[in-house]
Amino acid sequence: MKYVDEFRRPDLVKNLALKLKKITTQPWTIMEVCGGQTHTIVKYGLHDLLPDSIRLIHGPGCPVCVTPIDLIDHALFIAKTPGTIICSFGDMLRVPGTGSDLIKEKALGAAVQIIYSPLEAVEIAQKNPAKQVVLFGVGFETTAPAHALAVYYAKELQIDNFSLLACHVLVPPAIEFLLQEKDSQVDGFLAAGHVCTITGYQEYGVIAQKYQRPVAVTGFEPLDILEGLLFCVEMLENKEYVVKNQYTRSAKAQGNIHAQTLLDRVFTRTDRVFRGIGLIEQSGLMLSEEFCTFDATKRFPFKGDVSYLEDRCLSGQVLKGKITPCQCPFFGKKCTPDTPLGAPMVSTEGACAAYYLYSQKR
Amino acid sequence: MLRTISILKKGDPMILSCPSPVIEDTLITLSHGSGGRWASKLIEEVFLKAFCSLQKNERHDGALIHTPEGPLVFTTDSYVVQPIFFPGGDIGSLSITGTVNDLVMCGARPAFISCGFIIEEGVLQSDLKKIVASMQRCAIENNLQIVTGDTKVIERHEGKNIFINTSGIGIPMTKQKIRPSSITPGDAIILTGDIGRHGMAVMAQREGLRFSLPLLSDCASLLPAIEALLSAGTTIHCMRDLTRGGLATALVELAQDSGMNFLIDEEKIPISDGVSASCEILGLDPLYVANEGRCIAFIPQNDVQQALDVLSTFAICTDACVMGQVIEQSQEGSVVIENGYGTRRFLFQLSSEQLPRIC
Repeated sequence: MKYVDEFRRPDLVKNLALKLKKITTQPWTIMEVCGGQTHTIVKYGLHDLLPDSIRLIHGPGCPVCVTPIDLIDHALFIAKTPGTIICSFGDMLRVPGTGSDLIKEKALGAAVQIIYSPLEAVEIAQKNPAKQVVLFGVGFETTAPAHALAVYYAKELQIDNFSLLACHVLVPPAIEFLLQEKDSQVDGFLAAGHVCTITGYQEYGVIAQKYQRPVAVTGFEPLDILEGLLFCVEMLENKEYVVKNQYTRSAKAQGNIHAQTLLDRVFTRTDRVFRGIGLIEQSGLMLSEEFCTFDATKRFPFKGDVSYLEDRCLSGQVLKGKITPCQCPFFGKKCTPDTPLGAPMVSTEGACAAYYLYSQKR
Repeated sequence: MLRTISILKKGDPMILSCPSPVIEDTLITLSHGSGGRWASKLIEEVFLKAFCSLQKNERHDGALIHTPEGPLVFTTDSYVVQPIFFPGGDIGSLSITGTVNDLVMCGARPAFISCGFIIEEGVLQSDLKKIVASMQRCAIENNLQIVTGDTKVIERHEGKNIFINTSGIGIPMTKQKIRPSSITPGDAIILTGDIGRHGMAVMAQREGLRFSLPLLSDCASLLPAIEALLSAGTTIHCMRDLTRGGLATALVELAQDSGMNFLIDEEKIPISDGVSASCEILGLDPLYVANEGRCIAFIPQNDVQQALDVLSTFAICTDACVMGQVIEQSQEGSVVIENGYGTRRFLFQLSSEQLPRIC
């Protein structure tokens, strides 16, 4: 398959692994930001090919994992409200809120619709004028434009029974937050190639210079990961603190201008809580004034009584790279994909799910 | 569950017993029907617990029944596929080939099949006729008779659903004991064709996803190919058709049931470009996607070449290959898969069905 097979070729992957061994002269800790990258690393056993001195830690880039429990509870509240249809991507369905998840609510009679594109939710609203249709908008900068487009169309077409529960989060503020922590161990980053395809990567250059941490914009196939690591280690060894683009087949420095224009019009930045990590300033997106009538939080006001301290899941430690999933005392015991304590164990991109699925003998 | 709390008044007799415990009941969700761990748990905790006769049988695609006239194999399966027509088949052909394949996996030739229909009001009779015609065609192709049946109509929900249950009786084609406990260290694990077609074809049709590469269900009877293997005198230790849960789930179940460790070579597993591409886009792993015309067979090394030669003469088995081996006995029984980089990982059953991802 084009764009896949050539980026999984064992001979090229092994060659890059050898090159990486040759240029690495000291220990480095590198964080892959995106959960998709974590899955590639664990699924293909790429850490087994790396020199011992390179330590990979997993970052906060799994949108499902960082969505705070009060927003999940809000979605559950909407799902339980009579006369509503809640539309969501499949991987949010099993993420536990307080005492329930969307799959259970569906079994209890809630109208929960799995969608494959956010525009489907607008169509569903068009076809069900007597219902309130809410799009559960979870994602980083990658998925935000598609959600923005759905809201934009709903406004253009005057589909007033459509609204968006905006839960979007942004990568650069999260990276800065991690770097500002006193005991940050990260020497360099593999940034998420698809996020940079939308936003460009100039903002990452500023971070690289400010915090003296190189950033490699990296794709998601085994060859991408190894080449991204090679770029990152080269920069570290040469004390070069800039951003370099490995994912040239998709990401460009200036990003996707159309998508950015749409994002700027439909959304505005807001402070957001990352599940397990805490409040990060200006790290989320909410609907702008022009589109605020489509804000589901206003149509379905909800005040949860969640205490973040009661969340037993140690996902924050995992998402900050402080512990690996296996070091969590609940991993594989109290917390499994059948009985998840937190989102990283059920999300397709969750680090705990990756470790549970691919690397644990039970 | 609500618990009633009564407050004692002066003079009331003191009852020294604990209040009844709050029991959290479990809802049946779609996850319980996916062929993953939740489904296994449901079978173990509800059905196996209640039906003692099930406990005695080895877990296989059908039950071996001993009658005074000789052994018979009996199996049953229900079909709820949505949509009822999909590229490469329909619920009618599926309901016959699925049950045929279950019997064939036990080394039996299907002889008689029953069919029970549950039809939603609002279904078109012309659709029902098409489905019944395709059942009849499959019955003729497999040289079996549909001998009894039942029809029920239920209230309209979506106005397009037909559910079919078929049960089948088969007559053993061989004296070989084809079952999980016959799996032996050293056995080659043969896969009869490329994987993931049925699941992806049905999903694409149901969700209106259009891919540039065609996706066609692999829905087909395995009877001709397996009959030929047995006629050629091939020794078969065990077989399992790959249905819900896909190749990975079948391997894990057999490893656990046989108490053997398997080693699988990931590069050998044939997957069509259409299945690979659609799985990539949706974030699904083809190893867990449903099939309806593929099986794995455990064959002693001496018979492997003969088996491959025989299988390669059948159109649905042209991609047949040895994709792994039984390594050794072990208490748990596990499946290790090695990729092209020489790194290894364990395969597990998923909790439930795979869900398409955000990005």
